[in-house]
Amino acid sequence: MFKNMSYKNQRKIIIIAFSLIPVILLFTFAYLPVINMFKYSFTNWNGYSPEYKWVGLKNYRTIFTDPKYFTVFKVSLYYFVATFVQMGLALYFATILSFKVRAGNFFKGIIFFPSLLNGVAIGFIFLFFFKPDGTLDTVLQYIGLGSLTQGWLLNPNLINISLAGASLWRYMGFNFIIFLGAISSVGKDVYEASDIDGANKWHQFCHIILPSIKRILQLNLILGISGAISAFDIPYIMTGGSNGSNTFVIQTIDVAFKYNKLGLASAMAVVLLFIVIVVTVIQRLLVKEGE
Amino acid sequence: MYKLKYTIASILKYLSLIIATLVVLIPIVVIIFASLKTGQEYATSNPLEPPTNWFNFANYSKAFVGGKMLLGFANTIFILIVSIIGATLIGSMVAYILSRFKFRGRKLLMTAFLLATLIPSVTTQVATFKIIDFLHLVDTRFAPIILYLGTDIIAVYIFLQFLDSISESLDESAMLDGASYFTIYFRIILPLLAPAIVTVIIVKGVNIYNDFYTPFLYMPSQDLQVISTALFKFKGPYGSQWEVICAAIIISIIPITIAFVSLQKYIYNGFAQGSVK
Repeated sequence: MFKNMSYKNQRKIIIIAFSLIPVILLFTFAYLPVINMFKYSFTNWNGYSPEYKWVGLKNYRTIFTDPKYFTVFKVSLYYFVATFVQMGLALYFATILSFKVRAGNFFKGIIFFPSLLNGVAIGFIFLFFFKPDGTLDTVLQYIGLGSLTQGWLLNPNLINISLAGASLWRYMGFNFIIFLGAISSVGKDVYEASDIDGANKWHQFCHIILPSIKRILQLNLILGISGAISAFDIPYIMTGGSNGSNTFVIQTIDVAFKYNKLGLASAMAVVLLFIVIVVTVIQRLLVKEGE
Repeated sequence: MYKLKYTIASILKYLSLIIATLVVLIPIVVIIFASLKTGQEYATSNPLEPPTNWFNFANYSKAFVGGKMLLGFANTIFILIVSIIGATLIGSMVAYILSRFKFRGRKLLMTAFLLATLIPSVTTQVATFKIIDFLHLVDTRFAPIILYLGTDIIAVYIFLQFLDSISESLDESAMLDGASYFTIYFRIILPLLAPAIVTVIIVKGVNIYNDFYTPFLYMPSQDLQVISTALFKFKGPYGSQWEVICAAIIISIIPITIAFVSLQKYIYNGFAQGSVK
């Protein structure tokens, strides 16, 4: 039926036909929520009643003045620090595995594997790992450090470190595989040339590997930072946010659906979105600069 | 001297790799151990002790039946297939017109898709929920499907990148033969996109299989549980029976392990391409 149509008409039809559904979906599920969220954030809507009042900036004031709401950002710091450790380890393993290593493929697979597991399974694996007389305590006893055993998830001073550790275990392999891909895109001849020039491995790391993956390193670091700010899965599954492990996203979801303060929750989400966008824009600028 | 230094470095290198292997494997291996123990055995042994009977699958059948994991797999597979087919079609259609036609609004459309990746979906869930609710899709399988289609733009990216490498002269020669644009899309572009489609299947497949948040929030009823929410439900009723929970954990990670071992190369490539937006 299109055969007899001129290409000019076909063009019009195909552009409309092929973009209509995607554009509707994109608008409804990516942009409309943001618009609505801004609107709700200035109201006291509970999420279900037909009426609500405009309250201006009251919700925002609550977030920044009531310690109950802004102290949860402190928890992000643990995930933030873990992100740096995670990047460092990922970079280390990517570097050594980009050279010839016995059983290299085996190690590569093992290090990457955790990032394919689902969050609930990882949450349970680490509940088992940290529970009293669980995996960690038993391992410590085996290697003669039995005196260190304690309530890893019960002690409010330790809980976030334990959870950030589980999060590191989960995501390190992902960064590792990305770094490995970036490093391996450097030609073999570059290393060979530097070998001839008498460069050692450390020189090669500083002068060949690091510059070649600078961009991807920045990208991952900043993705990691926004990931740390919006940490949700692991703490929610493992502790439900109890014992001082509450993160901003858990708090937002609870405020919206448990306490039915949709207006306030929307304001919290706007704050989070704003932080993430700022971080992402900085990233894009840095990436542009690096090019 | 040089040799000695080299040997020490080499020992440290392998030592660090072995430690990493242990750190990854021990938490998982102890779960396998526990899943094969009887309740009594579990209570009296420590996590690092292997089970006495390696073929005690009682916990597995208990977890599989009691946790209705078959239902979880069925729902997951249904959502996975529909979402991936949808994402492939929608993504490749948009990528096709964006890469092949210079029309008014093209820049705007491109920017709209790019900008959407900046919005982390976890932050807008509060408002998204109201939209899904308005469409009467809460507690149906179409809630996650439509969200996976509408908010995950990654497929568009992967296709756009790939289409840049497909020469337009192919389209032109087909046009000389009188093929319509639709024919060109279905007969030439779509088949040539096969490698990119593999990438999309892997990246989206792993994300959807592992997603907990969306099904948890949008499909509360038990009939609609997917594998991750089915697993999450073990927390309450089986709270004291760790050996059953462990079996459920292993059941949930078996499919992804099989996929990983058999598709290793594609998975590495897929993740490498899918991540660089």
